Amino acid sequence: MKTLILAEHNGTEINQSTYQAVTAAQFWNLPIEVLVAGSNVNAIAQQAASIAGVSRVIHADAEHLSHQLAEDTAKLIAAAGQEYKVIVAAHSSFSRNILPRAAALLDVAMVSDVLEIKADNTYVRSIYAGNVYTEIQSTDAVQVLTIHSSNYPAAAQSEHKAEIYLAGVPSPQHKTRWVSETRSQSDRPALGSARVVISGGRSLGSAESFEQVLSPLAAKLGAALGATRAAVDAGFAPNDIQVGQTGVVVAPELYIAIGVSGAVQHTYGMRDSKIVVAINQDPDAPIFQVADYGLVADLFEAVPALTAAVQ
Amino acid sequence: MKILVAVKRVVDYNIKVRIKPDGSDVDIDGVKMSVNPFDENAIEEALRLKEKGMATEVVAVSFGTAANQDVLRHALAMGADRAILVDSDAALQPLAVAKLLKSIVSREQPDIVLLGKQAIDDDAGQTGQMLAALLDYPQATFASALTVNGNEIVVTREVDGGTETLALNLPAVVTADLRLNEPRFVKLPNLMLARKKTIETINSTALGADTAPRIKQIKVTEPPARKAGIKVGSVTELLDRLRTHEGIQL
Repeated sequence: MKTLILAEHNGTEINQSTYQAVTAAQFWNLPIEVLVAGSNVNAIAQQAASIAGVSRVIHADAEHLSHQLAEDTAKLIAAAGQEYKVIVAAHSSFSRNILPRAAALLDVAMVSDVLEIKADNTYVRSIYAGNVYTEIQSTDAVQVLTIHSSNYPAAAQSEHKAEIYLAGVPSPQHKTRWVSETRSQSDRPALGSARVVISGGRSLGSAESFEQVLSPLAAKLGAALGATRAAVDAGFAPNDIQVGQTGVVVAPELYIAIGVSGAVQHTYGMRDSKIVVAINQDPDAPIFQVADYGLVADLFEAVPALTAAVQ
Repeated sequence: MKILVAVKRVVDYNIKVRIKPDGSDVDIDGVKMSVNPFDENAIEEALRLKEKGMATEVVAVSFGTAANQDVLRHALAMGADRAILVDSDAALQPLAVAKLLKSIVSREQPDIVLLGKQAIDDDAGQTGQMLAALLDYPQATFASALTVNGNEIVVTREVDGGTETLALNLPAVVTADLRLNEPRFVKLPNLMLARKKTIETINSTALGADTAPRIKQIKVTEPPARKAGIKVGSVTELLDRLRTHEGIQL
């Protein structure tokens, strides 16, 4: 038996989280194969072949895979699924869209956002917005799971290149048509992999002050910007930088929460951060319970002062 | 056009659940239960399509015990035309719900099946995609906008790093994100009226789906707590701590 990793990429580069999924898959001590699906993604297949620990790359290349629609990609995975004991991807909007569909085609359950692999078929994951951990055992012959990538170090690059196998691709479905996409344009590092994340809450008051107060500090620290759901709903920040249960989960070396109250739905997305700093005017804000360093202060004074004081 | 909305009954999002003393499960005895918030967005979107004249009927369905009647009454009070309870005592996992839902889809023949993108109890986020697979329907997950355009729907999805827009042939499965809409408040007179409506009950065994659990829960535990931090008095002290105690270059 083997394990299969569903690679996530943007057409030019493999996502860092795929390297972390490879590390997670090492648990089974089985040959690790990586599925690279897309259109003209030879360069991606080459990158996948250089990940340490990968024994083979399955390169599925077709025009209709260019946007990796769930309908086509799940079909591709399910077609070969029975050859694998485990099918893994990093937990993200990409894998959350495709893998449940693939699991149902294989008539197996799926385990979402695995925090820890305990045994062959036993996992720890969180429920109730991270308030409870559950240890579960799956009885299915093919185990389909997404992993909480920040819990796993990235696999290294290898000099040795794994074999690349050009796979046949099932014919396209014509039920879904890709129309367009918008990608956030930013010079800042990607939220999911940034070493420093600065998050703002509703206390910022407006989109203008969200930008004016947080940007200079983010620029100085080379940080990514995040936001609470309240700040996103209020229109202060775009949806794709929401940190939390229904947004992005981050685990940077330094997380600075500014004007963030600290609802459990938010702390779910940041509590694996190494050092957490919170600046909030309300001394009773729950964010202080998860912060290593709390500063009770008016953020409109404290943040500019902090920005001025850092190198 | 007919819309089927699946509704899950979950612990209210304001409640912090407790673990049973023996660690076998969470203790939800006597805890306030509500409609899963994402499913409320799904109901709201279905109702808006009806109010715009795009849809003719909105049917709500829930899976579970007779207690689930309360979430179906909530859907009826919001404006759903009919409600179906698929009665089951078993703890249903996403694949089992998808299979039961497939049977209801064959019976009702909706043009759109709307669900929340995930339930806030198990946080699995799988049922909609699994249903779409079993029906071989197109899917649009994490929807933040939906418009009907002839025999297709155009859905904007919230994805990591931005949004993606897809056009889906009908029938299709759509899962709702929170920003799809702002669900309406239920007015008391509507809730009273909803109490008088009948909820059709179907026994889950009559649907002939394989609902056996595939996953066994061994135990539940409290997540490890972060170590208690300290309060600092000033920006200067904060920076000093980060630099000297944590060795962070700032």
